Amino acid sequence: MMLGAWTLMASLLLCALPVLAQDMAPAEDAAPQDSLDRALTQLLNQIVPGEILSAPEKVSLEDTPSDAGTSIDVAWHISASESIIPGSVVKYHVMRAESPDSEFVRVGTVPAGTASYSDDGTEPGKPYWYKVKAVGVDSETASEACGPGYSRMQWFDRNRWNVLVFTLLTCFLVIIFIEIAKRSKGETFLRRLPVFDAIDEAIGRATEMGKDVLYIMGGLDVDDPQTVASMNILARVAERTASYGTKLNIPCIWPMAMSMARETVKESYLRMGRPDEYNEDDIYYLTTDQFGYVAGVDGIMMRDRPAANFYLGAFYAESLVFAETGYATGAIQIAGTAEIDQLPFFVVACDYTLIGEELYAAGASLSGDPIQMGSIRGQDAAKAIFFVLIVVGVILKLAGIDAIEEWLSIG
Amino acid sequence: MRLQIPLAIILIMGLFTIVTSFVPAKPIADLNQTFRNWYIGIITFFIFLGTFNLVRVNGERIKTKARDWQYSIILIAALGVMLFAGFFKGRASLDEGSPFMYLYFNVQFPLEATMYSLLAFFVTSASFRAFRARNTQALVLLLAAVLIMLGRVPVGTSIWKGFPDVTEWIMSYPNAAAKRGIRLGIDLGLISMALRMILGIERSYMQ
Repeated sequence: MMLGAWTLMASLLLCALPVLAQDMAPAEDAAPQDSLDRALTQLLNQIVPGEILSAPEKVSLEDTPSDAGTSIDVAWHISASESIIPGSVVKYHVMRAESPDSEFVRVGTVPAGTASYSDDGTEPGKPYWYKVKAVGVDSETASEACGPGYSRMQWFDRNRWNVLVFTLLTCFLVIIFIEIAKRSKGETFLRRLPVFDAIDEAIGRATEMGKDVLYIMGGLDVDDPQTVASMNILARVAERTASYGTKLNIPCIWPMAMSMARETVKESYLRMGRPDEYNEDDIYYLTTDQFGYVAGVDGIMMRDRPAANFYLGAFYAESLVFAETGYATGAIQIAGTAEIDQLPFFVVACDYTLIGEELYAAGASLSGDPIQMGSIRGQDAAKAIFFVLIVVGVILKLAGIDAIEEWLSIG
Repeated sequence: MRLQIPLAIILIMGLFTIVTSFVPAKPIADLNQTFRNWYIGIITFFIFLGTFNLVRVNGERIKTKARDWQYSIILIAALGVMLFAGFFKGRASLDEGSPFMYLYFNVQFPLEATMYSLLAFFVTSASFRAFRARNTQALVLLLAAVLIMLGRVPVGTSIWKGFPDVTEWIMSYPNAAAKRGIRLGIDLGLISMALRMILGIERSYMQ
């Protein structure tokens, strides 16, 4: 890069000499600095960017860390032309070849000012050569070929080792508390949330009024953990509706979630010894369209006026539409989601709300199974450790020590 | 076997999912992608199942003249028209001006926009209830909401130029702290639930 810079400076000075001589002669009474500025301005105005574009220098190649072996990081020093005359380089093309003598093919383009590029189209262990081409308004200059560079496959993502440590720690604590719960023979204590009593209350009210219970599993399919958590709660709700003989109405947004809900509810009715009460058609598909589904569910609420509405799962813009329509019909409403931005809407419009982690814990809590409740105690123990870490981290940060912050950073 | 096989599948797939989070190696990434492709294939199949279910349930409602059965006629008719418009010209159905796109932009899209726009009214009615200062906590909520609203509308800046800074502070510190606290709990709860399912402790979906 330095060679390019000196070449450019020399060219500039050679071009500048006549201008400087002409300009400095009559300037005996003017400040020398003003004359120099005027001369340089004139000089820069005369420069056509394409004429003196210098190539990017010091191109270097490095295997992209912690990847599948399909990427090489290319870095370079930006063109000296760009350093001296901003705007003279418009963009850089990154060119690749499989040997230094073969044709270099463009694999990527970055804007001027950028000095790196990740080429993620490589094969592990294969040699590659690279050139970086500075592209100006009407000219371009390529660097020397650099290579060979190799991409290598990694078996462990080193950027995530701290995540692995804390995941293992949390798993370890959960398993330990499950084992403790197994040995304590049904004596696991867990503070009971008011919402769990409200579930019985809501279903009881629907039974007394002779109306349906409406259950909405959220807007995502079964690959989302919130839908799975909702399914666990649905199993407990279905056990209650089976016991009370109340109709459980479940319109679904995803066909696969519908199938899973059918199996879950069917198993609950079987567990409660009421298979005859189970009606497959009470769990049905509406549409995968978000607001089409909202319209369908709102219509059901306004026509059937269910006495208890459950909104448990992943919700987005539809959350408030559901909750406010349900509020207008006078139903008891129990909601829960891990979508933080939707929580305020549910808190305002529903009678009870499961906030974040409570959604995941509710299925285990409602089961009354001491082993499942033990897992929640393990999760709480992990939370206590994180709490201590956060407090210590804040104190250390205030003292100017970044150790914990750096330790917990990813990437 | 009816119990063990599903539990074994959940255990293997659960552990594999954890491994994919920490192992970037190509064979694992490729296998993960294969599983994702299978999932997409299964979803496609389930869309047919869902459509079949929709027609069957609503057909039954029309047949038995159940309450509000007329709506089922509209639904099945609309489904039929959109299906016909979609299949009629093959891939060209997605071209501009095709009957399918005409119906999409002139019927479905405005209907969806109408449902979405209802949010404005619902936000108003919900805010009216939420911002009643019945106790100290509700008063704090009300004050925070008023400050944030003033910081985000031009009239707020006209009253006092400091409102946007106050809004920024509320959003960046108290609000972000609360959200991160909830997020931490969510992630731990997720790990705990995943473990219960992987270990076969939580299996409400089977006998």
